[in-house]
Amino acid sequence: MTANTDAGAEGRVYNVGGQDWDEIVRAAQQAGDRSDHEHLIVNMGPQHPSTHGVLRLILTLDGETVTELRPVIGYLHTGIEKSMEFRTWTQGVTFCTRADYLSPIFNETAYCLAVEKLLGIEAEIPERASILRVLLMELNRIASHMTAIGTFGLELGATTVFLYAVRERENVLDLLELITGLRMNHAYVRPGGVSQDLPAGALDKLREFIGAVMPTQRRELRSLLDGAPLFLARTKDVAFLDLAGCMSLGVTGPLLRGTGLPWDLRKSQPYCGYETYEFDVPTQDTCDAYGRYLVRIDEVDESLKIIEQCLDRLAAGSADDPVMIQDKKIGWPARLALGPDGLGNSPDHIAHIMGQSMEALIHHFKLVTEGFRVPPGQVYVAVESPRGELGCHAVSDGGTRPYRAHFRDPSFTNLQAVSAMAEGGLVADVIAAVASIDPVLGGVDR
Amino acid sequence: MSGDGPVSDENQEQPPDEAALAGQQRLSEQVVRTGMFGTETSGDTSGYGGLQVRRAPLPSTPRPYGSYFDEITDALAARLTEDGTGFGDAVERVIVDRGELTLHVRREYLVAVARTLRDEPTLAFELCGGVSGVHYLNDIGRELHAVYHLVSITHNRRLRLEVSAPDADPHIPSVVDVYPGCNWHERETWDFFGIIFDGHPGLTRIEMPDDWKGHPQRKDYPLGGIPVEYRGATVPPPDERRSYT
Repeated sequence: MTANTDAGAEGRVYNVGGQDWDEIVRAAQQAGDRSDHEHLIVNMGPQHPSTHGVLRLILTLDGETVTELRPVIGYLHTGIEKSMEFRTWTQGVTFCTRADYLSPIFNETAYCLAVEKLLGIEAEIPERASILRVLLMELNRIASHMTAIGTFGLELGATTVFLYAVRERENVLDLLELITGLRMNHAYVRPGGVSQDLPAGALDKLREFIGAVMPTQRRELRSLLDGAPLFLARTKDVAFLDLAGCMSLGVTGPLLRGTGLPWDLRKSQPYCGYETYEFDVPTQDTCDAYGRYLVRIDEVDESLKIIEQCLDRLAAGSADDPVMIQDKKIGWPARLALGPDGLGNSPDHIAHIMGQSMEALIHHFKLVTEGFRVPPGQVYVAVESPRGELGCHAVSDGGTRPYRAHFRDPSFTNLQAVSAMAEGGLVADVIAAVASIDPVLGGVDR
Repeated sequence: MSGDGPVSDENQEQPPDEAALAGQQRLSEQVVRTGMFGTETSGDTSGYGGLQVRRAPLPSTPRPYGSYFDEITDALAARLTEDGTGFGDAVERVIVDRGELTLHVRREYLVAVARTLRDEPTLAFELCGGVSGVHYLNDIGRELHAVYHLVSITHNRRLRLEVSAPDADPHIPSVVDVYPGCNWHERETWDFFGIIFDGHPGLTRIEMPDDWKGHPQRKDYPLGGIPVEYRGATVPPPDERRSYT
């Protein structure tokens, strides 16, 4: 590749394609360029190991200082919201779970709460379903924060941290697989409840996880990071964003709590019965990347507390309690059952609809093919995802499909703040800024 | 009975009939649906084939709104009047539905209303949850809607602003000056719906490639897709499958 130069209105511009530094230097010498205002424009990403996904950053550098940072997104846009307009309300879960792939349960819950609010059936959601939703969300929060902390380490050069954190996430994913059948993209939370109850033995596995596995591993992870001088040097007083900055940019989640404001939707505008659980909202007042790390790791402890309370409630209840709304016009008719060849249709249900009840067959057929109708109107429901306020704006025109489903993804909004955090700082701190925001590009681009 | 009825009507001075006026107005509304049973080809003997259903009048919630909604609208109205903008001018209608408050704001007043909502201490909607576009294809003259979800952390309240623009003139003023966090959201809404936010610092595409034609989340933009073969059967793309709406 040849280095070509171009003398334009902005002075001499050198285009660098890689491995052509000698040519650039020679061209500069020939042109006698002695300009004091040398700006280097560096393209970072979208395929870059430390951009946290397919994020592209265009940096303008003056020496080591970043003078301008422009994030470019859209590389992972898959049209989830548009596709949802062509499926039934229940099928929508399968799509939105794939948006923010590190916190699928939150996408599902936000969407299902919105559909339930549109239907006006919030009061009819079974208690056990709400407990299971909370349990799954908090498990998912741990997995997501573990990824955030692990990749934080990896992007700053600490591979060990990544391996520890991913090991812990793996434990959570095993539990999610046990409960929902899938490690990711669960489609477990459905309008009206959840797809199935806990399988046998899950309570014991969960107790072992919160009692023995997680606390030990979390202690190991903290001992690697909390006082590590290199980690502190890279994160303390780096990527500063104060409360006023967060407010004006609409930033929520650990970034906002890192400025000292205990704003957590689980406390301030509770849903799924969060008001009945006992937990604290961890905050830090340093407004920097290290504070955000501390908020996240403290939130893991709080999640463990909530999970413990969930387990007590589930153990007190009966496995026969419903996990799906009893309204036959809305609740998904079939339960899954574990057969010799894995999870599949429940033989009892098949026998019932095929051999005993014509009405049950009609109901099953109508609900599965056509779906239920949702009265016209619009709602906005927000949940506290690991990254902040995840809102679902659902619009119905009275039909069996969403007229519009929009996700206000916290990654999308928070990522705007990266310019405010990184401009004026060193180029190496851009990495810490992006990692401390913890954007998930699947959620950013949807 | 035959000839003299209309003549006497003309001579009499009658007060305008409210119901008749409402009926006149109703009949001037646009027709949204004709016929009854969806049949167009076979002979319709029911007489319903000639039915014309006109657009329903726009709903609006009467006071009291309940919850904290009266407090918000009163404070907003007081402040807007103080600033020389009438509440009735700025806010077309107020809708309270499913425990959520929506203010339908005329687009000329959007920035003023947003600024008041943010700055007035009794309102204090500091956080804007972003913009979400909706394309109401059949809402002639108001096809494109931009919906703003506001949060007040001080008072722990929520509020929704809805602004509409006709498809022929898809301009809505930008609120980036008031809520800088709406920058990307407005770009997204421009990208997906073609709403032009006047005054936005750099209204470019954000999710779709820069040279993309059209605005994909509009209702008149096709989903696209190809038929899929599976075990000898062919499944058509999702937008060509049987729909029940």
